[in-house]
Amino acid sequence: MTTAGPALELSSESPGKIAFRTLVRDRRTWIAASLLSLIVALTLAAPFYAASISKTDPFVSTINGTFILDSKEIAVLQQSTEGLGLGVNPIGPTWQIGPYFLGADNQGRDVAARLLYGGTNTLLIGFASAALTLLLATILGIVAGYSGRAVDSVISRILDVIWAFPVYLLSISLSVVLLTSGFKWGPISLEAGSLYLPILIIGLVYIPYVARPIRGQVLALREREFVKAAIGSGAKNGTIIFREILPNVIPSVLVFIPLMVSLAMLTESALSFLSIGVQPPDASWGTIIRDGLGLLYTRPLVALLPGLMIVITAVSLNLMGDAVRDALDPKARLRGAF
Amino acid sequence: MRPSRKLAALVALSFLLSACGSGGSDSGSGSGTDGKEGVLAPYDATKAGGTLRLVAKGAAGTLDPHINYTLQFWQLYQATYDGLLAFRKVDGPRSFETVPDLAEALPELSDGGKTLTFTLRKGIKFSDGRDVTVKDVKASYERIFKVSSPTAGGFYNGIIGADKCLEKPATCNLDQGVIIDEATNQIVIKLTAPDATINYKLALPHASILPADAPSKDAGTTPIPTTGPYMFQSYDPNKELKLVRNPNFKEWNREAQPAAYPDEIVYSFGLTAEAQVNAIKNDQADWMLDPIPADRLSELGTELPDQIKIHTLTAMWYLPMNVNIAPFNNVKARQAVNYALDRNAMVKIFGGEQLASPACTFLPPGFPGHKDFCQYTKGASVEAPAQTWAEPDIEKAKQLVQESGTAGAKVGVVVSDDEVNKAMGEYVQSVLNQIGYKATLKPISSNIQFTYIQNTKNKVQISVTQWYQDFPAAMDFLYILLGCESFVPGSDSSINMAGYCNKTINQRMIAAMDLGVTDQEAANKEWGDIDEAVMAESPVAVAFTPKQVDFLSARVKNYNFSKQFYMLVSQLQVK
Repeated sequence: MTTAGPALELSSESPGKIAFRTLVRDRRTWIAASLLSLIVALTLAAPFYAASISKTDPFVSTINGTFILDSKEIAVLQQSTEGLGLGVNPIGPTWQIGPYFLGADNQGRDVAARLLYGGTNTLLIGFASAALTLLLATILGIVAGYSGRAVDSVISRILDVIWAFPVYLLSISLSVVLLTSGFKWGPISLEAGSLYLPILIIGLVYIPYVARPIRGQVLALREREFVKAAIGSGAKNGTIIFREILPNVIPSVLVFIPLMVSLAMLTESALSFLSIGVQPPDASWGTIIRDGLGLLYTRPLVALLPGLMIVITAVSLNLMGDAVRDALDPKARLRGAF
Repeated sequence: MRPSRKLAALVALSFLLSACGSGGSDSGSGSGTDGKEGVLAPYDATKAGGTLRLVAKGAAGTLDPHINYTLQFWQLYQATYDGLLAFRKVDGPRSFETVPDLAEALPELSDGGKTLTFTLRKGIKFSDGRDVTVKDVKASYERIFKVSSPTAGGFYNGIIGADKCLEKPATCNLDQGVIIDEATNQIVIKLTAPDATINYKLALPHASILPADAPSKDAGTTPIPTTGPYMFQSYDPNKELKLVRNPNFKEWNREAQPAAYPDEIVYSFGLTAEAQVNAIKNDQADWMLDPIPADRLSELGTELPDQIKIHTLTAMWYLPMNVNIAPFNNVKARQAVNYALDRNAMVKIFGGEQLASPACTFLPPGFPGHKDFCQYTKGASVEAPAQTWAEPDIEKAKQLVQESGTAGAKVGVVVSDDEVNKAMGEYVQSVLNQIGYKATLKPISSNIQFTYIQNTKNKVQISVTQWYQDFPAAMDFLYILLGCESFVPGSDSSINMAGYCNKTINQRMIAAMDLGVTDQEAANKEWGDIDEAVMAESPVAVAFTPKQVDFLSARVKNYNFSKQFYMLVSQLQVK
């Protein structure tokens, strides 16, 4: 007779290693990582593409510009010659490696080059905003949850106030104000039109969405035996937070990363589409969609391509988020199955 | 005047207007009209009837003809309200001429042009059945001030007593300036000084004759009885404006107020420009107010050329540069912008060469006083101008920016946030960056951009805007937009957006207005020279002269285009 059944077998691996192994074995991880890597690599190649392949400056209007295609000089914006000769259309995709592979926008700029540069900005804002949100939300969540009482009440009420506003309404309001006057707070000064403004705005508006669950988790952790033991043994608050609380909160934060990047990216695109995110001549996928809106009938790709890039990136990030969540918290998957 | 939405209060101009002749040359090439230029076809009763369906993105605000200052509703006022005078309702350049409307004849001038005597026609009734009397005329002119019409100070301040009315609108009394005689039906208007443009001003909707008991405040959405062939039946700015026949209308002067064809006019609001195009294509609407979206122009010009009408306008798109703040307080910086601006590029953004022409002068081609010259094209200079604009000179622009010592300055480009204006702004931003500035684009709502760029408190450096004539006189461009009196610091009604005030040139403008009283030809020549002198200092960069595109449904006939008020709505036949 044995007393050790399979359910009681203890693995010698740490939880982190188990989670990593689970994550690596998940097909979704590979699909998402491959797509994201490809997109990031392409966007990082934007300067090279503009300088060596398209050989155009995607930030300068070239409305009266021309380029050589099949040994012929072609106007970037072409006057209609049919019927009454009304309207001017930017050149469509040439589908040839070189200038205007995906055509031009209404300023005569290379759409492919702007798509890559736009991706750089959209992803940068997505990752930077998510980082800002997670950093501040984790600090606030832990401080509120661990301190309790007055500190918790103050932080929670502030978060409630932000939470009370729909996230897009708050983002739009802040953007409209800050884009006109810029942002100045103590030594921090951001000019109107700065790329850091959307990062700041998006980073701030999502804090309650992360801070509240973290606070709840910390409140629960505070009642656990190992935390009480640490308190009883006379450990300092800082030690308890960094050695006992934080390591248990980090998995939750890791699960939030892909989700928040995806949300931040979508919010940036929405703001830029409304002309209150990334400012011209800089590009983001949102601004390119807006540029393409007036060309839907003649050059639909200008609006569709950045939309497609947003969808692929958001889906990849969500797949990655699901995989991370399942790896760190297998019970969540089981709960989902039932 | 701005093309559609608003012109906010013009300016508190203390005009020293002087006389001038009527009309003015016009070389604008109309095309695609159904009528004979200069003559309205005799009324054909068999074509009367039906409902004309107009569509627009939005309404134009108040229905009050003394207050509303939009082309959108001015077009309708042509078929609803009448003044003592009217612009001739015909196709072509003769539409710039004034003709007697409620008055029996053009005014008799006396006292050196300071007294105008009219005789009111008898037998004309308002749509509510009451007779139009000289009392209504006097009350209407007083009402211009009582309701603080946006042009009260700019256009009608020359009437004796107007100064007091401007100070205290509520108690306005023009007993000394508008003298009426009920027995003879005579109206005598007394001016403080001769005014060459007074006939034009009396023919504008702001001088419409309304019942004497019309409210002394903005009538808003409540219709005021009319004298023309239509009256307003209902108005919901979020939905629809409906005009029906005025049962008391009887044609008295076909050139001034011709009988109308459609039985009803229904103006529907709330459709996007794309939806408006589709509605007309699907025969659900007859005409659209808003510009055809850029990506539909080619399609419509190819598939439905017979339904598109294009006309040159006496208007301009231009870039006022604030001469009072850096970097454009430096003339070389302003000249650099003028050299760098590729007018062809802006024409392309507007829709191409069929819809606009590059321009260099402040007075549009075909306008009284216009003179061909261009100081800011490649190979030309202020001292040796070319005849017309040919191409930009970026190198010279860069050199001027360096010489001005303003290189690297931050410049904000303020534009309306609609598609075309934003694209223009983006292009201007790109040009400014090219020549050495650090430009940012500031798109703001179309509803406030025009007043925002006027107020010096907003410290606007450069903007993109438009000006469409109020009436065919050079002063309506040069003096209104660049005269010292039009610059009112801190006001939303400072139409001189560049803040330009050259006292010597201002005196020349006033003298040219005076000269027009006796010698209009010489005055026009002087206006041309003034234009050149102003542009040498480059307070603005003129971009192009736009054209009007009307897209009509297949069933609409008898299209006539007045150069003053554009398509004559009442003359369209839909039956």
